[in-house]
Order: sequence, then C-alpha cells, then structure tokens
Amino acid sequence: MAEAQNIPAGSTTAGSIAVAAESTVATRMSAPPSFDVADFPVPHGREEEWRFTPLARLRGLHDGTAVATGEGVRVEIEAPEGVTVETVGRDDERLRKAGKPVDRVAAQAYSSFEKASVVTVAKEAVLAEPIRVAVHGQGGVAFGHQVIELGAFAEAVVVIDHTGDAVLAANVDFVLGDGAKLTVVSVQDWDKDAVHVAQHNALLGRDASFKSVVVTFGGDVVRLHPRVSYSAPGGSAELFGLYFTDAGQHQEHRLLVDHNTPHCTSNVAYKGALQGQDAHAVWIGDVLIQAAAEGTDTYELNRNLVLTDGARVDSVPNLEIETGEIAGAGHASATGRFDDEQLFYLMARGIPETEARRLVVRGFFAELVQQIGLPDVEERLIAKVEAELEASV
Amino acid sequence: MATLEIHDLHVSVDAENGPREILKGVDLTIKQGETHAVMGPNGSGKSTLAYSLAGHPKYTVTGGTVTLDGEDVLEMSVDERARAGVFLAMQYPVEVPGVSVSNFLRTSATAIRGEAPKLRTWVKEVREAMEKLSMDPAFAERNVNEGFSGGEKKRHEILQLELLKPRIAILDETDSGLDVDALRIVSEGVNRVRETGEVGTLLITHYTRILRYIKPDFVHVFANGRIVESGGAELADQLENEGYDKYVKGGASA
Repeated sequence: MAEAQNIPAGSTTAGSIAVAAESTVATRMSAPPSFDVADFPVPHGREEEWRFTPLARLRGLHDGTAVATGEGVRVEIEAPEGVTVETVGRDDERLRKAGKPVDRVAAQAYSSFEKASVVTVAKEAVLAEPIRVAVHGQGGVAFGHQVIELGAFAEAVVVIDHTGDAVLAANVDFVLGDGAKLTVVSVQDWDKDAVHVAQHNALLGRDASFKSVVVTFGGDVVRLHPRVSYSAPGGSAELFGLYFTDAGQHQEHRLLVDHNTPHCTSNVAYKGALQGQDAHAVWIGDVLIQAAAEGTDTYELNRNLVLTDGARVDSVPNLEIETGEIAGAGHASATGRFDDEQLFYLMARGIPETEARRLVVRGFFAELVQQIGLPDVEERLIAKVEAELEASV
Repeated sequence: MATLEIHDLHVSVDAENGPREILKGVDLTIKQGETHAVMGPNGSGKSTLAYSLAGHPKYTVTGGTVTLDGEDVLEMSVDERARAGVFLAMQYPVEVPGVSVSNFLRTSATAIRGEAPKLRTWVKEVREAMEKLSMDPAFAERNVNEGFSGGEKKRHEILQLELLKPRIAILDETDSGLDVDALRIVSEGVNRVRETGEVGTLLITHYTRILRYIKPDFVHVFANGRIVESGGAELADQLENEGYDKYVKGGASA
C-alpha cells in the first residue's frame, strides 16, 4: 500500500504552496509510459500532470499541431578524447534504454525526431574536459533525442547549453554503467519566446553516481522532467536545480526518483527566485520507494524566494514509501517572500536597495551553488543571477 | 557637532477608514553627546516617531521638518538616512533568510563607512564587539535574526550600533522582553557608545527600568502624539511613582 506524505512548511501571501491530495505517482498520470504519442490523449489542462502548465503557450507541442521546421535548433557537440559522438537513425536500440516517455509531449518528441545524437564515453575513461553540447534555437520547431552513455567506471561532465529561440520537445537519456560517475549541467538560457519541454531519463548501474544540475533562466515556457531510476544496487543520484523566474515566464520542474532497487540514495535540492507579474514556478518532487528498495536513503527539498508581488509558486513534494526497511526519507518545501520589512531593515543599515535585494538573493542561492562542485559553472551561475537582478531594477 | 532637530512633526498612517494622524506636532532637538529618554504609554506614538525618523514607508509625514546639521532628513531615502548617521535599533528586528550576520555586518559597515573595512582589522573588531556583548562567535554564521531569541535580537541590534558608530542613535524599546542580565549587557553596550561622546541618543521606552542603567540627560513624556512634558532625570522618578495616568487623561481631554 503506497503512502503519501506531504509536509509543506510555510507559505506567504505572494507565493502559494499547493499540496497534492493523497495520490500515487502511477495513478496520477493520465496514461502509462509509452514511446507512441497515440497512446496519450491530447491533454485539456485538468490532468494532474498538466494542471499547472499553460497549454495554450506550448505552441502545439501537446496536441500534434507543432510540426518540425528545417530551422529548428542547431546542436553542436564538442567532446574530448575518449568520447564517441554519433548521429543515428530512429531504429538505434540505444535510444530506448533509459526510460519511456511519460507524457504526451515527450512521446511526441520520441515519435517525431528524425536523427538522434549518441555520445558514448568508453569504459574506464576519465575525461579531463567536459563534453559540451550547445543547443541553439533558430526560431523554428524541433524534436530532439540525445543519449549520453558512460561505460563502466567512466567519469564525465556534460554541459548542455540551451540558447536562442525555439519550440523544442526532447528526450535526453543518461545511461551510466557500473561505477560510472556523471555530472550533467543543463542550462536553459533561452530567449524570451522559447518553449522547451523535455524529459531527462537517467538509468544508474551498480554503484554509479549521477549528479544533475538544472539551471533555468530564460524562455516563455520551460517544462523539464528529470527522472532517475536504478538498474542495480548502490547507485547515488543528486539532483540540483536553480531557477530565476521573471515576469510572464512559466518554469516547471517535475522530478521523479524511482527507488526500484535496494541500497540506493537520492538527494534533490531545487531553489528558485521569482520576480515580476505572472512569474510562475512549478516544482513537483516525486520520490517513490518501491517495496523492493530496502536501504533507500532519500531527501528532497524545494525553496522559493518571491521577490515581488504578482508571482506564483506551486510546490508539491510527494514521497511514497512502500517499505519500512529504509535508511531515511524526508522532504521539505517552503516559499518565502522578500518583503518590504526586510528591505527596510537592510536599508536602515545604509545598504542601498539594489544591493539589499542582491544580498538576499545571492545568499539564498549560495548554499546550493556550492554543492555543484564545478567552479566555472558556479561562477557563471552567480554572474547570471546578478544579471537577472540588474535587469529587474 | 551633530544635531538632530525635529520641528512640529506630523505623521499619519493609512488605516482602513483613511489616514490616521499619529504624531501631532513633535518638537525635539538632540545634540551629539546628549541622551534623551522619550517615555510614554502604549499607543502614544513613540514607535511611530522612531520609524518615521528612519524613513519607514508605512508612515507619511504630513507636516513639519527633521534636519540633521541643517540637512533635510525627510528628503533622504532610508539608506541615505543611515549613511548620514541616523541609526534605529528596532523593537522587532526583521529576519533575513540566507544572509549571514557576518556578511550583513560587513556589507552594512562598507555602506556606512564608504569603503570596505580592512578584513583583518574588521574580523578583530567584530569579534571584540561580540565578546563585549557576551555573544557566541558562532552567532556570526547564523542568518540575520533567523531563530534568534528576543535577547539575541537586541544584542545584535546593539552590536550594529557599536560597529556602525552613528551620530544619532534611536533605540526603540530596546529594553522590552529582556531579562535583567540581558538588559544589563545591552545597556552596557549602549553606554560604551555614549561614552565616546559622539552620539546623540534617543531612548524610547515604556518602563523606567532601563534608566537605572542608562542615565538620561533629558526625559520627555510622550502622550497622544506629542511631547507633553520635559525635564531632567527626576521626571523619570516621578513617572516611576505616578505612572502615565495624568498625561493620558490630559491628552484625551485636550
């Protein structure tokens, strides 16, 4: 019997926290996972998995009216030695390893792409330099599929950068061999009109370590669905996220960690700042500990900082535990408001207004940024946060 | 010599049924080196005076002037007032999540002094100031006012007072909610700053208790939005014995 627990902590007048009613991850979806878009009804917006998403702004990705254009996105992959980069057709079996699409847009992406990229890191290769994947929007519609596969005991860092303007639906798979270590940084630094919907599937081998860092700044609608499952015991996943949602933007991060195997760990920490009218951030954190997953240790956290009136946060942590034989499980969600009293307090100590805001936001993100463990990425994030704050003043 | 001059100050706040006047013509002059105690019953407008001087946006000045050495304080933004030398130790200090005390203090000192304090001397300065206020060094790594006890919040306010060295210090009910030990420690901090002779102090309080530790040069009775009587320290003794009754009644009938 699945058990749902929701322990929200704190809410504010400007932001709000929505807490799902008792439910299970499986029954909340309107259709079972499938590679075929025809297996999913066109969503109308009331479904649990779509109820926060502005369907009208998805530019047809959800109802089949979005059609790939020649000038969709340009993908450039820069890889150091020890890495194989291939462009493959639809029938390549490696494209179906990590997981199935769980909603209609992911299935649409799988049903619509023509060529996929497969990046393979040879077993035991330890890369000195990151693999860099630049996804640059050219203003059109695109469906993508990328696979990054690490052989046993390989170690790699992948930085995926999304820039420009596009309507993009994609699946990105990460397949980790036994003992492999992969850090993936996915930066959504889109222009303001971009629409980006993607599912990330990570499948971890025995004792593999996976670290995902999702950073979302730009776009009109960004909806990402990072998912982790384990093919053998001993895997460890860290999922970090940072978003800065501006006026009118919709940024949605839906996570699922499926503890289907014993003695694996997961740690999820997402933090977001919001500012401006109709800035909307959605965070769904699903953790499922299946009956077989004894010895699981998991924690998930979401924190939001609402900087101005008019922004909205929906934060839904959901932990389902089917075995009592676990090492630990917990979650926390809180939305706080940067309010006029804080501003007054800091300014009453001589600190100018812009600096006061910066101080609070930088402090809010600092702890998370430090956990990323990649100095150049950390610096870039801090600089980006500063730029967002500058732009708002 | 720094002088804060408050003349015929009128202040109102927005209430449900329109603006409500709280300060009804306050006159007060505070010179560097002087300590003025403003005492009055709850609801008399004492805290409004404190927050208005610091520039809290909730309060609207509808008349009168406030100058610091001739400069128009009311024209200044909140941060400009602080940099000009006006410091408000708040009755209810605000939590600032994600900002450590040490980062906050340094940012604030940098803003007030116009340049970043030298790191080595700064660390020592903060450590010594904290020691004098019997504050645990670990305190510096906590987030500003987050989870602080009432006594910790007030010590933190006085720590800032000592580090920022204002010309005019407004202490808004700094004594409220403190036990005797904390009151003594906090008062000693205020006295260290006063003894420099470089600060004019406006001590706002409901009770005479703190005046046993901090001796005022002047005592003003505040009632119904203005100063109704002024005198020396002996006026506090009179209030101790007689309470505010006669002022409240007088204010109501005026």
